[in-house]
Amino acid sequence: MAELTEIGIAEARDLLSKGEVSSVELTTAHSVAMAEAQSLNAMITETPAQAKAMAAASDARRAQADGGEVGALEGIPLAIKDLFCTNDVLTTAGSHILDGFKPPYESTVTDKLWKAGAVMLGKTNMDEFAMGSSNETSYYGPVHNPWRRQGDGGDNRNLVPGGSSGGSATAVAGRFAMAATATDTGGSIRQPASFTGTVGCKPTYGRCSRWGVVAFASSLDQAGPITRSVRDNAIMLGAMAGYDPKDSTSANKAVPDFEAALTGDVRGLKIGVPKEFVLDGMPVEIEALWQQGIGWLKDAGAEIVDISLPHTKYALPAYYIIAPAEASSNLARYDGVRFGLRVDGSDLTEMYENTRAAGFGAEVRRRVLIGTYVLSAGYYDAYYLKAQKVRRLITQDFRDVYEQVDAILTPSAPSAAFAIGEKSDDPISMYLNDVFTVTANLAGLPGISIPAGLSDEGLPLGLQVLAPAFDEETMYRIAGVLEEAAAFTAQPEKWWRSAS
Amino acid sequence: MSNLVEGATGRWEVVIGLEVHAQVISQSKLFSGAATAFGAAANSQVSLVDAGMPGMLPVINEVAVEQAVRSGLGLNAKINTYSVFDRKNYFYADLPQGYQISQYLQPIVGEGVITVDLEDGSSRDIGVERLHLEQDAGKSIHDRHPTKTHVDLNRSGVALMEIVSKPDMRSAEEAGAYVRKVRAILRYLGTCDGNMEEGSMRADVNVSVRHPGDELGTRAEIKNVNSIRFMQQAIHYETSRQIDILEDGGSIDQETRLFDSQTGTTRPMRSKEEAHDYRYFPDPDLLPLEFSDEFVDGIRATLPELPDAKKKRYMAELGLSEHDAQVLVSERDIAVFFEEVATGREAKVAANWVQGDFFALLGKAELEVADSPISAAQLGGLIDLITDGTISGKIAKDVLETMFESGQDASVIVEEKGLKQVSDTGAIEGEIDKVIAANADKVAEFRGGKDKVLGWFVGQIMQATKGKANPQMVNQLLREKLKP
Repeated sequence: MAELTEIGIAEARDLLSKGEVSSVELTTAHSVAMAEAQSLNAMITETPAQAKAMAAASDARRAQADGGEVGALEGIPLAIKDLFCTNDVLTTAGSHILDGFKPPYESTVTDKLWKAGAVMLGKTNMDEFAMGSSNETSYYGPVHNPWRRQGDGGDNRNLVPGGSSGGSATAVAGRFAMAATATDTGGSIRQPASFTGTVGCKPTYGRCSRWGVVAFASSLDQAGPITRSVRDNAIMLGAMAGYDPKDSTSANKAVPDFEAALTGDVRGLKIGVPKEFVLDGMPVEIEALWQQGIGWLKDAGAEIVDISLPHTKYALPAYYIIAPAEASSNLARYDGVRFGLRVDGSDLTEMYENTRAAGFGAEVRRRVLIGTYVLSAGYYDAYYLKAQKVRRLITQDFRDVYEQVDAILTPSAPSAAFAIGEKSDDPISMYLNDVFTVTANLAGLPGISIPAGLSDEGLPLGLQVLAPAFDEETMYRIAGVLEEAAAFTAQPEKWWRSAS
Repeated sequence: MSNLVEGATGRWEVVIGLEVHAQVISQSKLFSGAATAFGAAANSQVSLVDAGMPGMLPVINEVAVEQAVRSGLGLNAKINTYSVFDRKNYFYADLPQGYQISQYLQPIVGEGVITVDLEDGSSRDIGVERLHLEQDAGKSIHDRHPTKTHVDLNRSGVALMEIVSKPDMRSAEEAGAYVRKVRAILRYLGTCDGNMEEGSMRADVNVSVRHPGDELGTRAEIKNVNSIRFMQQAIHYETSRQIDILEDGGSIDQETRLFDSQTGTTRPMRSKEEAHDYRYFPDPDLLPLEFSDEFVDGIRATLPELPDAKKKRYMAELGLSEHDAQVLVSERDIAVFFEEVATGREAKVAANWVQGDFFALLGKAELEVADSPISAAQLGGLIDLITDGTISGKIAKDVLETMFESGQDASVIVEEKGLKQVSDTGAIEGEIDKVIAANADKVAEFRGGKDKVLGWFVGQIMQATKGKANPQMVNQLLREKLKP
């Protein structure tokens, strides 16, 4: 039997059901690996005692079922992004302002996971309020990517894992969580998945409930899984997804059996390749990877179609108006009055100012300011309203294209992981990380990043499959075929263990 | 009638527009399941949504939507089957989310019109600009602690309808009549209890002045006025304040002001530097509110008869005077009371009793119809005793007073006090004979042509019978016996 931290959900499911391993064993193995990985700073809160208790309860349920049906994730140990509210467990959103906040409630997504039998290992580090593409904006410090550049005399600085779900991606890539929840507002699942050699899916907007997920930009936020394989991803999304009457934007649609969509057959599918995603100055290795992916799908019998998404170039500017606008309002509730941090002042206004100045980091303050500005009287039409128009045009671009094709293939990110500190002084260059992912958020469409190859420096690179709204099945089907063709088996050395 | 105000530089016209905030009658709040009962212990009716906890989301309350549509129909207004909820952003300790969910550019109800009746018997149409749904904020309590403010979130998230009038009113009287009419309509509809003391109805009052025929002047908005009397005081004060400023060559600041009921004056609520930019934008947590015409028709089919229609019917079918009809329909509770009294009885008689002696007693006791110690059935019972000749109208007035004090039925009081009318001819004749025998001079006067003396004789008989003699019979028998 392989080491317990090296297997994925599907394999663990089989071993558990055959009784060859218990959830307590699986969970303990991951908790131990997590404790050994503290130098990566992927976790904000580790909950080994709770994990063990949940695992024991899972084993008891399985025994009770006596070979009968158990939950889809029965006994599977997961890490949870610290944006999901977890009952009585510290929930920080990576921010100082939520100091000591233990919600008296459980988010719908995590509640569904526990009902499906999953076990919580702890809460993962993330960019503050999910605002960032490198996990460097966290109040709890940056997360270190398990991957390092290879080659002699090269730059051996530690790398970022991407963001905002950098802790979740790292926990999965570093083999101390079998899978993890994450959220994606502009690419926060897919870009870190690409940077860490993991599979990350942002489902269709409305597929997973946002209830109990700390809001960044409500019209864009969507929860999804980061896993070690496409199959694991399909299994986990199935447990996370579903209509929730407590979220008015959640879709009242049945959740298909995503795992059953992995037929391995993409013959006859039409795959669009958008010309606007070819960027000036894009690294050759990204372009080469993309061509490789196109080749794999062609070989598998899919038809490649050149398509145009003409408004793509406006997506990033529109995103960086809409997301901060919503965030500036969503973050108003962090005022020091009812929960989290409070820094006193001589009157109410000064208390607000002191609390928010101390509680929010620089990137959050920047976005609150941008958002406040674009919604202000006199600027609303020029910025917010214009951005919404762009958003509609982008959505229409996809609608038109999906008349001709079944899915779209693009790179996940414009580069491999970069070094900690390399881009943190340059917000624009940081924002460009989202260039391939952000359109799916604006249009509410599902997208997945799968590891497809290594860069010249030995770092993982991802390919992204986009699909029409609520057609995650086609997305998974294509992702499964790419995964098989890519046969990505590379793993980072566990250098952090020896370092500890 | 002129509402113009004389000033040093000519006559001024006051222009008033009102924003009435009416709390929707509903078991739960606009976007959460928390209860809405008045007077509950502080912070006992607060859901996680109302407290603005992280990750909490609003879900629209269908009852509140129905109530808004119902109110819109009652205000003769256009119902918008597509409307949008927006966020109005500002910071305050009793606003947990840091924004109020309201409707800005696309409200659920559009333009309408209501007719208000004025004291001189005339009526005027006042335009309704819109009605939109919004959340109430919590309540800050500053007087419980020397240095701290307490916050009660029970009201946080309660559904309000903001009903915005057009700037169509020209006097404090018209403004008062408008609020009364809106309140009456909402009460008829059962969409707001209109209770201003409990805060379930309050008004923001926009006041400006101009010389007749000029463009509209700059307005001041007086926030959160919670009684019609205060509103009228505020309008009077604001009118003189603005005229004084303008006549001194100054100009009016467009600003928000507060009314101080202690002094009857208004003062600025916040300085210009503190003026809010609310940064309205569509709430991304909520989808646009859409419903079908059938949904509206379904509500329309259940609308009760409203005061204007009722007034017409009282005049046309019951033969009441316009004044009587007006008074009786002015409040739903009064109309319901009257209709029960009038059922199976002469409508005019019922109307006279309800708004005559009954109202006088209520007024003296400072009670509303709803709090009346006697029921409509009891008042009807009293009228029946007059109709069947058991008591006279005069006795009935006394009986009503006793009923009001004791809550007893008229028949019980009449029985206990022995107030039954004497209709026995023999008994009355005996009394008449006595009086005639003792007052030969008066008899002579009458026979000499002084008809008025008859009244004196009636008085004597009634006195002798302690008012119980049937007045018609006394009259008739007297005339016979006094005949020369």
